[in-house]
Amino acid sequence: MNVVLMQHALLLAMILFALGTIGVLMRRNLIVMLMSVEIMLNAAGLAFIAAGSRWGQADGQVMFILILAMAAAEVAVGLALILRLYQRLGTLDADAADQMRG
Amino acid sequence: MLSLLAFIPAFPLLGFAMLLMTAGLLPKRWITTIGVGSVGIAAILALIVMATFLNSPEPYTEIVWTWIAVSGLTPHIGFYLDALSGLMMLVVAFVSLLIHLYSAEFMSADEGYSRYFAYMNLFVGSMLVLILADNLLFLYLGWEGVGLCSYLLIGFWYRDPANGLAARKAFVVTRVGDTAMAIGLFVLFTNLGTLDIQSLMQQAVVHWPVGSVLPIAAAALLLGGAIGKSAQLPLQTWLPDAMAGPTPVSALIHAATMVTAGVYLIARTHVLYDLAPPVHTAVAVIGALTLLLAGFSALNQTDLKRILAYSTISQIGYMFLALGVGAWSAAIFHFMTHAFFKALLFLSAGVVVQRLGEEHDIFKMGGLRQRLPLAFWSFLIGSISLAALPLIDAGFYSKDLILWEAWSDGALGPWLWAAGLFGALLTAIYIFRAVFVVFFGPVKLEPAGLTGWRIAIPLVVLSILALAAGFVEIPPYLGNVPAFSQFMQSALPAPPAPVSGESSLQIMLSAIAGLVAVLGVGVAYIAFRQRPASLEALIQSPASLALQHFWETGWGFDWLYDRALVRPFLWFARVDQGDFIDRFYSGLASLSRAAYRQLSESETGRVRRYAAGITAGSIVLIAILVFA
Amino acid sequence: MTIAFYIAAAVAVIATALVIINLNVVHALLCLVISFLAVAIVFYVLGAPFAAALEVIVYAGAIMVLFVFVLIMLSTGGAAIQQERDWLTPWIWVGPIGLSAILLGEFVYLLLRNPVTAASGALVQPRQVGALLFGPYLLGVELASMLLLAGLVGAYHLGRTDRKAADERGGMER
Repeated sequence: MNVVLMQHALLLAMILFALGTIGVLMRRNLIVMLMSVEIMLNAAGLAFIAAGSRWGQADGQVMFILILAMAAAEVAVGLALILRLYQRLGTLDADAADQMRG
Repeated sequence: MLSLLAFIPAFPLLGFAMLLMTAGLLPKRWITTIGVGSVGIAAILALIVMATFLNSPEPYTEIVWTWIAVSGLTPHIGFYLDALSGLMMLVVAFVSLLIHLYSAEFMSADEGYSRYFAYMNLFVGSMLVLILADNLLFLYLGWEGVGLCSYLLIGFWYRDPANGLAARKAFVVTRVGDTAMAIGLFVLFTNLGTLDIQSLMQQAVVHWPVGSVLPIAAAALLLGGAIGKSAQLPLQTWLPDAMAGPTPVSALIHAATMVTAGVYLIARTHVLYDLAPPVHTAVAVIGALTLLLAGFSALNQTDLKRILAYSTISQIGYMFLALGVGAWSAAIFHFMTHAFFKALLFLSAGVVVQRLGEEHDIFKMGGLRQRLPLAFWSFLIGSISLAALPLIDAGFYSKDLILWEAWSDGALGPWLWAAGLFGALLTAIYIFRAVFVVFFGPVKLEPAGLTGWRIAIPLVVLSILALAAGFVEIPPYLGNVPAFSQFMQSALPAPPAPVSGESSLQIMLSAIAGLVAVLGVGVAYIAFRQRPASLEALIQSPASLALQHFWETGWGFDWLYDRALVRPFLWFARVDQGDFIDRFYSGLASLSRAAYRQLSESETGRVRRYAAGITAGSIVLIAILVFA
Repeated sequence: MTIAFYIAAAVAVIATALVIINLNVVHALLCLVISFLAVAIVFYVLGAPFAAALEVIVYAGAIMVLFVFVLIMLSTGGAAIQQERDWLTPWIWVGPIGLSAILLGEFVYLLLRNPVTAASGALVQPRQVGALLFGPYLLGVELASMLLLAGLVGAYHLGRTDRKAADERGGMER
């Protein structure tokens, strides 16, 4: 019988989420920012799994699957957009795309 | 039939509304029909009403509806017909009709044809409202209406900024008078409780003793309004500049009708002036001073229309003189004859100016006697009437009556008579100066074009009236036809009855006046037709030239007002641009501008910043959820 | 098994920390893969083997590989590393760490406020997950498939570089 405190699992999820947030806010490279967003999504999925495991139901895993599908679609489109941005700006600097300023 | 009274001002106002709404899109023939036709209908109605009135000369009031009803003040849209308003209405309607007909041809080439007739109709409507109003507030409405139309029509050719300046000057100067008049209305209302003219006069006699402060204040304030509108001292500076407008406008507004509104006002409220002797005397003194001042100024003008403008100021000075000595009906008589001969003079001057290609300088004209015969004879008849040459013209009878009444007025009388007499001399000189310079001598500028029937008919009609209109009031020693003063008796009290044995004095005074007029013609003939060398030398001497320049600029009044009033005001306005109230409001504006700049700094376009914003927001939200 | 959980958790945290501070993007990617693998172990310990398998196959296997492909196209090697070093100034850390710390603090507060509950740790069979997916969550599955279709079409369209247009745009840019 595996006894893992749900609190601890949720704590792990939150730490990962916080690390992902730091990554999004701190790094200027577009790809690293996207990766940080993936970290955040993964952490959210972990939270769901932990909650599902606490009740012993499969709902947590179902939510995780949906989150996974969404993350996949998002990464695909996001990377395509990054490719386009790179073509236009010639750099992967997120701060270079500031034409909406003012 | 008398109930048609309310329609008389209504038709020109209707014409104005129609022309305003169609805004120049109608064909020219329709515009002419509406513009001239509305005034024509008004004139016909005026005739019908006056004919009915003459059968039974009782004052008639028609109240169309109650305009305002507020705590004791209930002015009506009401019309009051008696001898005074009836006569003025008839004169205004007919002279307006003739001038509208003249304008149909005179202004036919102008691009603002529809606008012109719209404004002219509005003017005629407002003037008729002013004359026929039964209460002072409605009269003030008409007063302001004619002031507005004067502004619109002086600045008719608005593309030239000088015309706009002249229009603004006219408006501002008359505004000074209008403000005084408004304050006068306030004084009258707060003390007597009504603005209805007839009951106002009755209440004034009952409540106010002669010579007390209140009637003096009210009369003086109303006099201020009259001075502004009638271009008397000290508010006369706007009328010469008002000649910037088209000539029919000058004829109608600034000669025959609007400028006589002040005379009408004083005649209407004559009871107040009887109750305030100092103000009554002031009216006469102002009239006398103005007629002299304007006479001297007219001597030295080179612009044909400015001569006529100063002449108008001078002649209204005569009317004020008559009002001031208590000769109310004499003033109205002079108004009537003046309307005819001054309109005639302006219209014929208009023909001259237009046919010479807008040339206004009389010294560039000459010998037009054969070239423009109609204009010549019209102008000559008008000049004869203006100069009041003996017996043959209308001006003689009216001016003579005024001089006679002035002589009989107590201690100040002979001085006023002398001023009037000298003014008559100046009048004859300056108007025949114009006649001789423009119509005699060698031809300097050839006229072009033709004069049609629409110009000819008004000139002919006005010429007949300028000669014949005086025969309604012939003095006793010539035939004794006191028709006019008897007619006006019902509305205006007669001047003090002449003492017996004074008829010989009257004949002598009339003879002197007649001689003076003929003398003036002779002086003008010698100075400007024969031009002897000695007189030329005198005229061209430096002292004389300086004096002439002084007179030409209207005795320096424009210079005085500019230095004393206009410049300090402009300086103060400039200095006041940044005062603390303005600072507060512009401070608000610059504060919001600074806040905007700060806020727009936050829109950096950088994704990370926005993500940080989202994170911070979510933190706050969660905190609210968790801790609250 | 609890020990495995804690070890895997530590590995995941350290790997993720490495991801966000690594100067070389490729290295960061690989660290991320390690983090995902560790999280998969955590899933398994929590009694969700199906989720663990999916994590490895889809997340670490497909999504990260996608990242690798794009990096291959875009990476410029040494110059990129120098650029990253320039971008990572010391002062960059303050704001993000502050905000995240506050966020974390709030979560910890929430956790501590509630009584400790144990996890059951019971294994949830894939069969159960499948029955749930095609039962109550059918609509969600269909929507997710539509989302994937949209992502597919969008990625295809956006990723397609029109030769002529690229040259033109390139010409305009420089």
